[in-house]
Amino acid sequence: MTEALIKLDEVYKTYPGTEIPAVAALNLEINRGEILVLVGPSGCGKSTTLRLINRMIEPTGGRIYFEGEDVTSVNPDVLRRKIGYVIQQIGLFPHRTIAENIATVPRLVGWDSARIEARVDELLSMVGMDPSIYRSRYPKELSGGQAQRVGVARALAADPEVLLMDEPFGAVDPIARDKLQNEFLRLQDELHKTIVFVTHDIDEAIKMGDRIAILKEQSVVAQHDTPEAILAGPSDQFVEDFLGAGATLKGLNLMRAKDVELDDVTTVTAPTSREEVIQALESSGDTWVLYLDSNGRPLRWLDRKSIDQVQALDEAGKAVRVTVEPEDTLRDALEKMLQSSVGTACCVDPEGSYRGVVRVETLMELIERLQTEERERQAASV
Amino acid sequence: MEGVQSLIDFFLSRTDQVWAATFRHIQYVVAVLLTALIIAVGVGIWVRHRPVPREIALGIASVFLTLPSLALFVIFIPLVGLGFGPAYIALTMYALLPIMRNTVAGLNGVSPAVLESARGMGLSSRQRLWRVELPLAWPVIMAGVRVATLLTTGIAAIAVLVGGGGLGDFIFAGLRRMPLPNSFESMWTGTLLVIVLALAFDALFILITRATTSRGLR
Repeated sequence: MTEALIKLDEVYKTYPGTEIPAVAALNLEINRGEILVLVGPSGCGKSTTLRLINRMIEPTGGRIYFEGEDVTSVNPDVLRRKIGYVIQQIGLFPHRTIAENIATVPRLVGWDSARIEARVDELLSMVGMDPSIYRSRYPKELSGGQAQRVGVARALAADPEVLLMDEPFGAVDPIARDKLQNEFLRLQDELHKTIVFVTHDIDEAIKMGDRIAILKEQSVVAQHDTPEAILAGPSDQFVEDFLGAGATLKGLNLMRAKDVELDDVTTVTAPTSREEVIQALESSGDTWVLYLDSNGRPLRWLDRKSIDQVQALDEAGKAVRVTVEPEDTLRDALEKMLQSSVGTACCVDPEGSYRGVVRVETLMELIERLQTEERERQAASV
Repeated sequence: MEGVQSLIDFFLSRTDQVWAATFRHIQYVVAVLLTALIIAVGVGIWVRHRPVPREIALGIASVFLTLPSLALFVIFIPLVGLGFGPAYIALTMYALLPIMRNTVAGLNGVSPAVLESARGMGLSSRQRLWRVELPLAWPVIMAGVRVATLLTTGIAAIAVLVGGGGLGDFIFAGLRRMPLPNSFESMWTGTLLVIVLALAFDALFILITRATTSRGLR
């Protein structure tokens, strides 16, 4: 039995002038070190529920416990300094540098400047931004993805036990979102924070959540379980409808590229020559070879025809436009495969070096297996 | 050419008087702006999240600005006598609206996401005001202060009506003695110095705004 770090006990929220509560008799426990995703249709009260935890919204009734202590009536500012908070629009302070933004909570709680400086640099490195470049920049000089990284770094600054995230990756484009999700999961593998994560996107919920709470109107918990269990056995019609069609496809969200066996393809590494490429093609008997740069990053797919047509290897064949990282789900991998020119997705490590490929055949086999399992399960339950 | 020469002669023959009047004019602008800044920003802060008081405060400040200056300067004589007092009060009333309106606009223009994240990180309402809202609204407030400065520098010439001195003395003296010798010179001296003063204040505020605004907001 794990200890619940945060506990909502019969929490109510009724806004003045309305009869129907926005949140009705909510009981929810969040375990230490888990990512709990609150997901549901818009207007179900998931954001309200999140904001009740750090008392951005004051509950009308019920108790909220944090580390076993009743925090329903403590000074909310003091409580909030112990809880990281990330919102979709980020809300970086435009008049403060990146370093000053990250230093906000450490300064509030009175860290000395040497400690704050070291912490800022540590956090920037942690989210993959070079401190010497970004420390003294201003938010307007960042891209959306970078701003989101800084937002996460700022929320983690004073090393809070808990992180509340309200659709944190909702405002960035799909490719950047994917990258941010992967980075965040990698970060969480090291940090083991307790995270409450709000999204309306069931795919994101399945990817990010250790457990998922599917909420319906008034924040009534329809089902609260692991993604696997929810996909395998929706508790009622509402959950089933919310999951939508294609549970098999959603099941691909549960598996990551690092979980499947990667295939190998013939590679040539720069600097190389046309002759070597031709030799590699002939000796392997493959149609395509993968051309890597001197750091082992995939550059292009080359076949015999293309190098006969174009002399320069850097322009021959087809460019590798998208790559899969180990943290990517197989669903991401499938999407990237569809974008890829050769029906095969290159898997790279976080530094971008080639690790292997995921073939569309591999996924097909896996999908077939999942579908068989699902049919058997349905047959068993009838 | 002759006119310019006689204007210069006029100016050079009474530099003491000119400097005294200019100094008095500067006194008005500085005193009025400091007072108006404190009142208008204070009221602006208080009403920023209170729609009804906000409209009332801005409404009152607007009415002040529409009062005819001839009347407004004279109204306070029974209360504070002649001289600096009535002019100072009237000018302060005029300066309130631009500063207050810009304060409200600047504070209400702060992004809700920034305020939400500030609150979520545990900044108290006072900390949010001083560390987030005012710094972000500052360039807008300063734009209001610049308008108020130009307004005050111009209207301060009317202080002469209540014996308050300033550059209006030269304008009024010239007007009264028309068309005797030196009357035009006197008017032009006062008018030109008002313009020079206004431009100098404006340049000063541009520098102050630059120096006090975060690089992240430019």
